[in-house]
Amino acid sequence: MALVGPEPIDIGSLIDEVSSLERGGTVVFIGSVRRGPEDGPVAAIEYSAYEEMAEQEFGRILTVARDRWPAAGLAARHRLGTLPTGTPSIAVAASAPHRADAFEAARWVIEEAKRHLPIWKREQFDDGTRSWREA
Amino acid sequence: MTITCRFFARYAELMGHDELELFLPPSATVRDAIDALRQRSGGASALPETMLVAVNREHTRETHVLDDGDELAFLPPLAGG
Repeated sequence: MALVGPEPIDIGSLIDEVSSLERGGTVVFIGSVRRGPEDGPVAAIEYSAYEEMAEQEFGRILTVARDRWPAAGLAARHRLGTLPTGTPSIAVAASAPHRADAFEAARWVIEEAKRHLPIWKREQFDDGTRSWREA
Repeated sequence: MTITCRFFARYAELMGHDELELFLPPSATVRDAIDALRQRSGGASALPETMLVAVNREHTRETHVLDDGDELAFLPPLAGG
């Protein structure tokens, strides 16, 4: 299963990937396209990527996370394409025997993904104008 | 030697295309490639002085020595999530 791509993120299947009888705590982080007061009238965000590298980097982040939390189950996806506000763009599922590790691992993976994945977004506003968001 | 330059997002817009081939002398660095790009292409003059770069899908620095056939990617500030 590709970690980065245009397909809608199936949260249920992410949870299935990390679930096991030994892991009693599961955390799911979902990042969605936002239209907050500080963002302006955002209608959608176009996500583009250096896909081959993003796939490799995301795989490496998960490999490092699995080394750090060997008892955890981890799964993640980043969606590409034009996503209307409210649509999930990234999701991380982490399960562990206890909740602390599940929270910690999920937090670590999303922070590393935001820091290292070669992915870019361009906002589309209600009036049809577009603008790269670089942060 | 020949390397493939790839541009993404805003940099692809500035360059007017997302890929081009560059011919460089042996042992050229990423910095040499950037200088050659600026001489060759009008769009390259609009690129920032300092950029994130990757060679063959690995983040690297401007001092990196290139090999024939390398893929050199210019990455705008990352904004995933």
